[in-house]
Amino acid sequence: MIETISKPDISLEALRAGDRAEFARLVDSYSAPIYRLGLRMLGNEQDAEDVLQNTFLSAFTHLSNFEGRSSVLTWLYRIAVNESLMVMRRGKPEVNIDDTDSSDEAEDFSPTQFVDWGALPEDMLLSVEGKQALDRAIQNLPENLRMVFLLRDIQELSIKDTAETLGLTESNVKVRLLRARLSLREQLSVYYGERINQEKIND
Amino acid sequence: MTESTHSNCKSLLGSLSDYVDGDLGAELCREIEKHIAECEDCRIVVDTTRKTVDLVHASNLPQTGLPDEVRDRLFKRLNLADYLKPVSQ
Ligand SMILES: [Zn+2]
Repeated sequence: MIETISKPDISLEALRAGDRAEFARLVDSYSAPIYRLGLRMLGNEQDAEDVLQNTFLSAFTHLSNFEGRSSVLTWLYRIAVNESLMVMRRGKPEVNIDDTDSSDEAEDFSPTQFVDWGALPEDMLLSVEGKQALDRAIQNLPENLRMVFLLRDIQELSIKDTAETLGLTESNVKVRLLRARLSLREQLSVYYGERINQEKIND
Repeated sequence: MTESTHSNCKSLLGSLSDYVDGDLGAELCREIEKHIAECEDCRIVVDTTRKTVDLVHASNLPQTGLPDEVRDRLFKRLNLADYLKPVSQ
């Protein structure tokens, strides 16, 4: 699913020895997923490009810190997440992904919407409008949930890699993933509930 | 658990992600399926959560590449401009 996992055999030794051609290969192998992560995280192209550039600048500077225990992609994602947080913090004083806030209980996210929209036709759910509704819902997620959701459900990392990337425990990742999904479900239920009602009125 | 009214709804919620991802053991799956056969609200929550995750995955594709001008600026910023030949097809 992730096209970059065609395992480009990047040589760490070459990178560390300052081989610029190898670094260029690294950039070409991983820049697309990093850019998309930034786009999803920050919601605009300029910020995503800043994150992209800063991620590889930082990777280049910190090559010696990379021990090769995680995959290159996970390592780059971790840098990109930190760069994204810095961009987010430009406008807001406190965004903290690892604070275990009081609402880390799934119960606070008990469903309130029971519209049965799951059986709506695919061409409606996957229409341009439907996708926009989904994108809006994702942008509405609080940052600490959005990070987990993006890495797991959009970039399709495993629970373990998501936890490692964000410096969270796996159980924390699971709780946040559930909260993110429930929040999206609520928002889409409101959206499609309105659609369904409109159709009834129009009939 | 014959009178499994809504006392199970909350515990179902805790297993929801694993259930939707297919990571839940067979026994717990059966419990959930039994519950949602009797509880319409939970049936809807399960269905629409699964649908939400499906839609997210469906909208992931196709994966768009990096725009050319973004790649240009990236290579220049990294002092790699001399490697800025077109991506091989
Ligand atoms: Zn129930």
